[in-house]
Amino acid sequence: MSSMSDKERLGFWEELKSSPSTNEFLKGIWKDNPVFVQVLGMCPVLAVTNTAENALAMGLATTFVLLMSNVLVSLLRNFIPKQVRIASYILIIASFVTIVDYLIQSVSVELHKSLGAFISLIVVNCLILSRAEAFASKNTVKYSALDALGMGGGFLLGLLCLGAVREILGSGTLFSLQLFPSGFQEWIVMILPAGGFFTLAGWLILINYTKERKLS
Amino acid sequence: MAHDEQNIRSVPEPGSKGNVRMLFVMVAIGLICAFLIVLTYEQTRPVIERKQEEALKKAIFRVLPGIKRTISFVIADGQIRPATDAPDGVRVHAGYDDRGDLMGFAIEASGQGYADIIRLIYGYDHRSQKIIGIQVLETKETPGLGDRIEKDPAFLENFRALDVAVDSANSKALHPIETVKNGKKTEDWQIEGITGATISSRAVGDILGTSSESVLPVIRMNISKVGHLNQEE
Amino acid sequence: MNTDSLGYIFISASLINNFVLAYFLGICPFLGVSGKIGTASKMGAAVTFVMLISSICAYTIHYLLLRINAPYLQLISYIVVIASTVQLVEMFIKKMSPALFRALGIFLPLITTNCAILGLALFQTSKDYDMIQSVIYALGAGTGFTLALVLMAGLREQLDLADVPKLIKGTALVLLVAGILSLAFMGFSGLGNQ
Repeated sequence: MSSMSDKERLGFWEELKSSPSTNEFLKGIWKDNPVFVQVLGMCPVLAVTNTAENALAMGLATTFVLLMSNVLVSLLRNFIPKQVRIASYILIIASFVTIVDYLIQSVSVELHKSLGAFISLIVVNCLILSRAEAFASKNTVKYSALDALGMGGGFLLGLLCLGAVREILGSGTLFSLQLFPSGFQEWIVMILPAGGFFTLAGWLILINYTKERKLS
Repeated sequence: MAHDEQNIRSVPEPGSKGNVRMLFVMVAIGLICAFLIVLTYEQTRPVIERKQEEALKKAIFRVLPGIKRTISFVIADGQIRPATDAPDGVRVHAGYDDRGDLMGFAIEASGQGYADIIRLIYGYDHRSQKIIGIQVLETKETPGLGDRIEKDPAFLENFRALDVAVDSANSKALHPIETVKNGKKTEDWQIEGITGATISSRAVGDILGTSSESVLPVIRMNISKVGHLNQEE
Repeated sequence: MNTDSLGYIFISASLINNFVLAYFLGICPFLGVSGKIGTASKMGAAVTFVMLISSICAYTIHYLLLRINAPYLQLISYIVVIASTVQLVEMFIKKMSPALFRALGIFLPLITTNCAILGLALFQTSKDYDMIQSVIYALGAGTGFTLALVLMAGLREQLDLADVPKLIKGTALVLLVAGILSLAFMGFSGLGNQ
């Protein structure tokens, strides 16, 4: 068992690549990326990405809520009557957001302060409700968890893409590490609200461009 | 699992009993959620309270260098009371050195900045009647411009020895704090503003001015009440 | 101007700290429903209306939660109560004034779980506003939202006629315009400070 031949190992990877589990996980990261493809949950994407650290914290918090609510919704999917399903989902999501709010506060008061009300606003991130309704309510716990991890990972990736660009250009740092010599003139506009709009627009244009090139 | 599936089948179809079931499910979900929330809240509350206290303490020790212990008071209606008695009012923290001698006060203050409220704490030395340090607790000033009130070394230099002397009747300030343009500072009670962040730096001056004029007379009148700390305490 | 004065609260919520352009709240409808001025202004009116209702709800809930000392229920009760109140009001309007319902009705379900609505409730709580201040704050936030939406719609109607490179068309273009609007709104900062 332990000594797999190369051929067997290759077969294993092929199987893994085409298996439904991997597929559920990967679709959120790339094909259906919540930030760049679906353009969902824009308020945290723009509001808390002025530093990479905030973006990371927000991405992790959202992934946690997404994972927990997807698992619970999937567990309860056969018990929840159709008529009250949305109300139940919102109740479940709001609970986990409250929990994550307290968890972040207990880890770092500073971080909690800089994310502010946007932690609570995870509740109204359309991404979470849409995964509960479109996926977790119809699939098993295992796939729902994978779906949540993939979508959460994709969301995190999107946030980091924005946060890193804005922090590097706006403050000359990345995760608070000085990147440029002291003479660097920061592009202050990047950490202002306007910079959020510009950076996201830039990424979308870049993605459009790569798509165009692939087609032609 | 098999047990669960049987349960699902035994659940009545929506219809006459559907409403009862809906209610039941909602209540059940509500209970699960409430349990999870309360559990987290109870587990994290002591940690959060400790961290918040530590953060405030750190700020107090930074604006009052050399102190070893603090006691919190609240000023309301011209009276000074222990913070445990009165929840509302201006919070003031008296700092003592290791012999129990009063070293000064850390006073919390807030006011309108350029974008939103600025909250800060400042250290007041009652012997020299000077502000000896400030620390911004909360601000949403424009990053890169207005938030220089937190970091700009030249601006913070203003608060090493800012004159806030009160007249002999303890009723009003001898010289109200003034915020002047960069390079125009001539007196000890003037604050040199930041070029490019005029409104934010003037806001800090206004917050200090308003707070010191209302708080310092009360502190000076009641200084005997908080003067020395007994070693046994 | 005093920070607690009603005039300042209104100006701050509508211009200086515009919900869409400074706080990024309500971006979804901002991107989605800002194609035509007519639709945009109706959407704005509907949001302002829901904001007023939820502001009053949030004030009441906060008051009650303080009484029973249960701050951890804040988020969950805000969202549940606001969502159900909006539903009730929707039914009420449908019955009382079908004309108004036809104008605003289709937007109501869309905005119930909008971040701008919940954001308003959370911000007014953290700012410790009383009942009247909260209502003015909601009015200001709604006005600001409508203003941003209508301005955007006006620009987009013009841009429809312009020759825009294919790469930038769509969401990217709207975001670029929003960024410029946001810069313009920064000019309002400091208003009411003198």
